[in-house]
Amino acid sequence: MSVLIIGGGQGGYQTAFSLRAEGYGGSITIVGEEPHLPYQRPPLSKGLLLGKQQERHVFLRVAEFYEKQNIRLISGTHVQSLRETPVSYEWLVLATGARNRHLTCPGAEHALYLRTLDESQAVKQRLEAAASVVVIGGGFVGLEIAAAARMLGKDATVIEAQPRLMARVAAPEVSQYFREQHEARGVRVLLNSFVERLEPNAVILRDETSVQADLIIAGIGVVPNDELAREAGLAVGNGISVDEFLRTSNPHIFAIGDCAEYPSRYADGRVRLESVQNAVDQATCVAKAICGKPEPYTAAPWFWSNQFDIQLQTAGLAIGFDQTILRGDPTSNKFSVFYYREGILKAVDSINQAAEHMTARKLIAAKANVAPDQAADAGFDLKSALL
Amino acid sequence: MSKITYVSSKGVSQTVDVLDGDSIMEGAVQNNIDGIVGACGGCLQCATCHVYVDEAFLPKFDEIEPEEEVMLASTAAERRPNSRLSCQLRVRPEFAGCIVTMPDSQ
Ligand SMILES: Cc1cc2nc3c(=O)[nH]c(=O)nc-3n(C[C@H](O)[C@H](O)[C@H](O)COP(=O)(O)OP(=O)(O)OC[C@H]3O[C@@H](n4cnc5c(N)ncnc54)[C@H](O)[C@@H]3O)c2cc1C
Repeated sequence: MSVLIIGGGQGGYQTAFSLRAEGYGGSITIVGEEPHLPYQRPPLSKGLLLGKQQERHVFLRVAEFYEKQNIRLISGTHVQSLRETPVSYEWLVLATGARNRHLTCPGAEHALYLRTLDESQAVKQRLEAAASVVVIGGGFVGLEIAAAARMLGKDATVIEAQPRLMARVAAPEVSQYFREQHEARGVRVLLNSFVERLEPNAVILRDETSVQADLIIAGIGVVPNDELAREAGLAVGNGISVDEFLRTSNPHIFAIGDCAEYPSRYADGRVRLESVQNAVDQATCVAKAICGKPEPYTAAPWFWSNQFDIQLQTAGLAIGFDQTILRGDPTSNKFSVFYYREGILKAVDSINQAAEHMTARKLIAAKANVAPDQAADAGFDLKSALL
Repeated sequence: MSKITYVSSKGVSQTVDVLDGDSIMEGAVQNNIDGIVGACGGCLQCATCHVYVDEAFLPKFDEIEPEEEVMLASTAAERRPNSRLSCQLRVRPEFAGCIVTMPDSQ
């Protein structure tokens, strides 16, 4: 009995933890290429950059945990091929995550990226000496970095190619609110802006505008680490393809977290998600399957992002929506947006509304339908839709 | 440094030193204590660091903020009057000797 886990991030760690919690008595090995104990990424663009959170608190567990639980951790080792893994296995779990997409424009080497602890430390160090920071990409991570830079007193600019922030995942109302909040706190937001080239201390846009920057950071999305699966001949789409049990096309090999594309009952099709919830819940599901209790993966997606003192929380998946309903008043800094497709509730974004978000998680998981006019009515009790 | 005692749901207790300023959740992680998960890292997203605080120490901690209140409604184990999320309990010297009991599920 043996499990090999490739990738020692959020999902890899959780698989090992959940296997032991389920009583798995076989050998467990985690091989990870980073030279650290498994750690959490959310603080890398938030508390850690701001110096509010100490580095020792990003690690999911101390070294003693792995010894006591008899989990073998091989760090600093990149697995090249599934034909020559460091140990043999009965079950293999691919939890290889994703890596940052890199800029390809001239001068691209002047940009930093933020995915790993080492990169976060490098950005933090460079931030100290910088007066001006340009973030390329107005998604969650980019906006969190811009907020941190601004909170540290830096001149901060966000450059986004789309006509609005977080365009891939958020409704226009949410994009607009975050733009206003960033601008109100002094972040310069440049939309519809395309990067032509980078210079050591400037970003040059297609219209030849030059934006001064002591530090350039790019957050332009990620690419799933699916090479091992590809080379082994496993099915790969936008990430490693798995079925509802998170099995790849080889039933002894699972894939979870940022690297895996799975059929979701919350989207009408296959998705690849990048969130702590997804990595943790998929790891738990796979651990159960290995322990002889296979169940389809059905956990409802949720996510959070903190920018300045604003908290955005999402329940469900806002994919392919055709109607959005605003609940509450953005000028009060507390509101939600309900996303519908063909009249069916698909997702809820809540801003500074933790209680409403927690109700939304339950609504989404239960596939309860709050009608659009009910969602729009602030007096309507959302919980009544759960009964 | 303050001594904090963590009692498992089966009644096994472990007393460890927790750095002042660390949360009781962080103290559990640093000292490799089972029974507290803290999946979100302490930012009130997951309610997996639920503990029952010894009644004698309960009044010493800061009051429950609305955000913690919301998450306490979603704990896996039963919520009791002395339920707290341990990521919100920052250790100070006057908490030395505090006893927290961990629920059987997080
Ligand atoms: C800056 C930042 C902020 C974030 N903030 C949030 C947030 O606020 N909320 C939220 O829900 N999510 C957030 N996320 C997303 C979340 O952290 C990820 O979805 C989660 O870490 C995915 O876990 P994973 O195990 O799939 O991948 P990862 O945690 O990325 O781990 C994969 C590991 O596998 C290793 N690896 C890859 N290939 C190999 C190989 N061939 N051999 C050996 N090792 C290999 C990688 O080096 C890496 O260490 C954030 C992510 C980032 C980068």
